[in-house]
Amino acid sequence: MKLPAVEIKSNQCKGCGLCIDSCKPGVLSLSKAFNLLGYQYAEYKQSGCTGCEACYYACPEPGAISIHKEKKVQVQR
Amino acid sequence: MSETITTTTTVTKGRPEAIYETFERKSGKDKLTTHYCPGCGHGRAQKLVAEAISEMGLGDRTIFISPVGCSVFSYYYMNTGNVQAPHGRAPAVGTGLVRARPDSIVISYQGDGDLAAIGTAEIIHAANRGENMTVIFINNAIYGMTGGQMAPTTMVGQRTLTTPSGRNAATEGHPMRMAELIATLEAPVYVERVSCTDVKNIHKCRKAIRKGLQLQVERKGFSFIEILATCPTNWKKTPQDSIKWVQDVMEPYFKPGVYKDISATVQPLPRPEPKTDRKELEKILGLQSGKTVAKTTGKIGERRIKIAGFGGQGALTAGAMLATAGMNDGLQVTWLPSYGPEMRGGTANCSVVISDKRIGSPLVTQPNVLIAMNRPSLDAFEQEVAPGGIIMVNSSLIDRKVARTDVKAVYAPFTELAAGLGLKAAANAVAIGVFLAHEKSIDRERIYEVLRTSFKKKEAVETNIRAVDAGYEYKA
Repeated sequence: MKLPAVEIKSNQCKGCGLCIDSCKPGVLSLSKAFNLLGYQYAEYKQSGCTGCEACYYACPEPGAISIHKEKKVQVQR
Repeated sequence: MSETITTTTTVTKGRPEAIYETFERKSGKDKLTTHYCPGCGHGRAQKLVAEAISEMGLGDRTIFISPVGCSVFSYYYMNTGNVQAPHGRAPAVGTGLVRARPDSIVISYQGDGDLAAIGTAEIIHAANRGENMTVIFINNAIYGMTGGQMAPTTMVGQRTLTTPSGRNAATEGHPMRMAELIATLEAPVYVERVSCTDVKNIHKCRKAIRKGLQLQVERKGFSFIEILATCPTNWKKTPQDSIKWVQDVMEPYFKPGVYKDISATVQPLPRPEPKTDRKELEKILGLQSGKTVAKTTGKIGERRIKIAGFGGQGALTAGAMLATAGMNDGLQVTWLPSYGPEMRGGTANCSVVISDKRIGSPLVTQPNVLIAMNRPSLDAFEQEVAPGGIIMVNSSLIDRKVARTDVKAVYAPFTELAAGLGLKAAANAVAIGVFLAHEKSIDRERIYEVLRTSFKKKEAVETNIRAVDAGYEYKA
């Protein structure tokens, strides 16, 4: 997957939609399907994430949203 | 020869370390999500607190106090030390924690019903003492867990279960501004109100929490962070409308901002040295160590004793001494003082139960033993004594005889005997002596032990022992 990217654990989402509202590039949406908890869940459109982390902080659930990013590091060898 | 090269690695921002991966303490099958409703303000705030704890490396030192309210189950989630306090008492529990464990980071996490209603006293006084703790106050203008009743922070006009036509300031008062209230106190170091709504404000919230924790790390004292949060379920609004309601209705009244910050000038608090040495504690508390060997046979049944007299005659102290002696002898005891308005001619009395079995009630309505140290006491309690019981009368001050014929009466001049020893105040010790002579439930040596730990001056101990003996040996 192209980074940065949002990973949403669909079975930990309660469908409040706050992440969707917070997403500036508008790359999150609510699913048609229902998850194990009985909620429609947030989904990532698989591209367009800027890694701003707004959705991470908007989400009340501790583990539902993760943001993966690339980071440049300097290594000695 | 080493060279530095630049490479890329993948980093993930996800569940903070200070929140468990799976919630083993939570009941039910789902152990991955919290019990909070969709769009709940608690979830966001707690995630921010956990993130701060993790990133500041405080996980092993933090004690998170779960209150009563929706966040009562925080100990399901927080991978820290956890204590769950009774309703509103979190700052009092926190006070104990910061003093007994001065190196710990104590977070008192409370809602508005907990902090601003039932726990008003605790928060005000913990703040006023400037305890080295961080209070996170979740203000969502309603009682959540109990189903949406009015809280002290409920907005005027806001409909709740208990204000169905909206809060009326004339009858229910005005929403309480806790941050402002706390900020007026001398001791708090940092007081801020933040609004956990949009990205910008969530980051302000994040910063405030970090600052509060950092000040605690530096032992700067008490910090209070009020977070305006949503309660979509009880507000009967969507999560989106809830956020808007915080912005449109709550923020104009509960204005976000820093209300006090003296952190730059305040000196770190001295670190208290809690005493945990057992021997030292026993000395401070006047306790004897080890298990005492019972001197009586222990089979004494249940003895119900009432000791009554003027205030200052030592009736209450005598009762406490008997109870302590009984306890040291391995018996079950209770002691219940009763304070009367003495200036109006009443009596001070105490009820003591000494038993070889567990005691059902500390109340003594039908005493086996009545020790009457003055006339009003005899008049008040003579009729209450159980048939076959015993009444011990201070004949120095009581000029009448016991009227009842179904009880045993013992007459001894408590006050004169004590005065004869040069200590009129020891009349209560004489009374104990008389009691011991007629009631074999407690060994005299046990009373001596109690006297030795009760008085600092050796002289006073000796006089009181002689007073006990005088009562014990008195023959009418």
